[in-house]
Amino acid sequence: MTLDLARWQFALTSINHFFFVPITIGLAFLTAMLQTAWYRNERPEYLRLTRFFGTLLVINVAVGVVTGLVQEFEFGMNWSGYSRMVGNVFGAPLAMEGLFAFFLESTFLGLWIFGWDKLSRRVHLLTIWLVALGSILSAAFILMANSWMQHPVGYQMVNGKPQLNDFLAVMTNPVFLWGFTHVVLDSLVTGAVVMLAVSAWQLRKGRSPDDFGYPLRLSLAVLVPFLLLDMFVGSELGVIEARYQPMKIAASEAQWTTCRPCSFSLFQIGGGNNDHTPTQIIEIPHLLSLLATNSWNGKVVGLSPLQHQYSARYGPGYYVPDVFIQYWSIRVMAYVAGLVLLLGLWGLWLMRRKQVAAAHRFLWCATWAAITPFLMNTAGWLLTESGRQPWVVQGILLTRRGVSPSVSFTDLVISMVAFGLVYTGIAVVDAVLMIRFSRRELPAVPAAQAGPEGQSGIPAVQY
Amino acid sequence: MTLVEFWFLLIAILWTVFFVLEGFDFGVGMVHGIVGADEAGRRAAINTIGPLWDGNEVWLVVAGAAMFAVFPGWYATMFSGFYLAIVLLLAALIGRGISFEYRGKRDAESWRRTWDGLLTGGSFLAPLLIGVALGDLLHGLPINARLQYTGTFWNLLQPYGIFTGITLVALCIVHGCTFIALKTTGDLRGRAARLAIRAAPVTAAVLLAFVIWTHAIAGKGLLPNPVEIAGVLSIMAAAWLIRDDREGWAFAATTIAMALTVLSIFSELYPNVMVSSTRRAYSLTIHNTASGAYSLRVMTVVIAISLPVVLAYTAWTYYVFRRRLSDKDFRAQPTAH
Repeated sequence: MTLDLARWQFALTSINHFFFVPITIGLAFLTAMLQTAWYRNERPEYLRLTRFFGTLLVINVAVGVVTGLVQEFEFGMNWSGYSRMVGNVFGAPLAMEGLFAFFLESTFLGLWIFGWDKLSRRVHLLTIWLVALGSILSAAFILMANSWMQHPVGYQMVNGKPQLNDFLAVMTNPVFLWGFTHVVLDSLVTGAVVMLAVSAWQLRKGRSPDDFGYPLRLSLAVLVPFLLLDMFVGSELGVIEARYQPMKIAASEAQWTTCRPCSFSLFQIGGGNNDHTPTQIIEIPHLLSLLATNSWNGKVVGLSPLQHQYSARYGPGYYVPDVFIQYWSIRVMAYVAGLVLLLGLWGLWLMRRKQVAAAHRFLWCATWAAITPFLMNTAGWLLTESGRQPWVVQGILLTRRGVSPSVSFTDLVISMVAFGLVYTGIAVVDAVLMIRFSRRELPAVPAAQAGPEGQSGIPAVQY
Repeated sequence: MTLVEFWFLLIAILWTVFFVLEGFDFGVGMVHGIVGADEAGRRAAINTIGPLWDGNEVWLVVAGAAMFAVFPGWYATMFSGFYLAIVLLLAALIGRGISFEYRGKRDAESWRRTWDGLLTGGSFLAPLLIGVALGDLLHGLPINARLQYTGTFWNLLQPYGIFTGITLVALCIVHGCTFIALKTTGDLRGRAARLAIRAAPVTAAVLLAFVIWTHAIAGKGLLPNPVEIAGVLSIMAAAWLIRDDREGWAFAATTIAMALTVLSIFSELYPNVMVSSTRRAYSLTIHNTASGAYSLRVMTVVIAISLPVVLAYTAWTYYVFRRRLSDKDFRAQPTAH
């Protein structure tokens, strides 16, 4: 019970945290692009757009930062067995995240928000780019840490504990390199969808295409190529994970027996942990082989033989992750991504015909697309993290051995209620503010001319 | 000095820098409602730390993460042992962190009141709880032979720990008032200065009592050493300097007092990191909780590269925002969004 509750708590807090992170990364980049556009040609509406989307960014960063604090402390609070065991490998990237990323992001965000009238235009532009860089470095270090849990490298076992002996190996872990790229692209897609949805809403409400046509086109131009790239990287990541975590991939197809070649089912009934013969509906031949092995006739070892192998290797136990979660999370992720891609292509096609700002049906769909990144992101992380179970560190430490022995059931119930209330509260406030500020008209700013001492002469956004 | 000892010192320094920097913004959070006579005054007070508090808080994250990387045994036992206290700490930091961003986002009195309440409460609770935790490390907690915490939430609340918390809160208040006096002009500057002058003697007395109590706990006789006396005197000096309108020097004095206090807790603790009240032999030390030598070397390289850069741009940020704010700046314009 204690274990389940601790797992639920970590899952819920990290899923909630990851609602805000990709928006932050994505919007930081897009805001920086808008400000760069303003820096280059000084058109006042670019400045107004920068301030508009910058406000949305700032609303999200606040929540991302404070919920990230919880993540950082939760390892020790709920997973002290884990922390004690792997801290000397896992702790280093976490500390690097603070030193290289959080300081950069927080300090330069402060400079960006409050520095409009204190910094030259060039330096002020640099601050938003450094915020974007900080957010990306943060993703890099946390994924370095996470990838080590998926595929531990660069260590040797000393007295039953993994000891770091090659940090370069941790930094070049293939799961990390592909996973990090996947998350960065995915964050850009998230930011682009949010910008697209907001611009579409504004245009539907009859706001001037002079104002919101530009962010609409910018977000479409970012969305389509990055989403295509993201889908490719995601499928490569699948191949890598199939090599190191075969259970994860077999479970995501509910593939109980070994197959060669392997088909991919679009939809199925049954196939969970107690049902080894699902009814598959509409199979696409060879697709699973391609996805899991990059080859037309690749072999995918089934869950039952894998379970047999793992029991022989690690001792008796059940080593199959939750098949239902695996099967559906990969599909939700992929299908929603497909829909977003279609939407993006539709938008590009309308853009070529110069009709996009007035295409009401498209704008309506684009507004509602705002929820899709959250579905994709959550499904993607469920696939990754639930697929690692029952391990907390693949092959080294079982999740149930990682939990804190000194934390009681009552403690967990209290913290669950406390986090539940706080997180619900901030999620509601964040959502309300996001919607309110997304619906405002562009803020008025004095015509952009250089103030005294070459400064921008624009009042800072203050608390 | 071995690498393990070096890292204990470094972690003590990280906590010290955290309290020196975030200490004043905790203080500003606690007193902004008292010092600011009206909405413009409160906003001006909050804006003195506006661009700075978020970066200051990163020192806490880094201190925690460095403990995780270098002393995983310490991090694991401390964070799981202090479980409910940390839940409360996180709630306080969350409430406070988002109140900065959100209080100005709607122009309604009740909305601002709510966020102001969270800001004040969170800023008060956070240093109190961290102080209780630091005091507990030194005082001793039930820890068994496997270096696991065996107590409950109530074991954390022993008088010495609570007094450590109160001492840090008092220091934050003087430190924060001095900061506001340093960073504002006009009415706000005067009100902050008066509060600092009034709070300083009380804080000095609390600090003196804390120092003596700490000596008693560590079993080193009751007489404070010159360094600790310097801490107490700095607080008094700060009050005196503020009266002379020399806020810069006053802020240096409160910084010294804060730094000496936090450093003295860690120096009394050494070489333990968590004292066991069950049996002295079960205490966590820098040696039985440390990571392998290779990890320490990696971390040393990391900090040697990153810390100078961080310090440089942090210093530059404080330089950019060196100008004093006035509540008049905030009276002219409506709540900015």
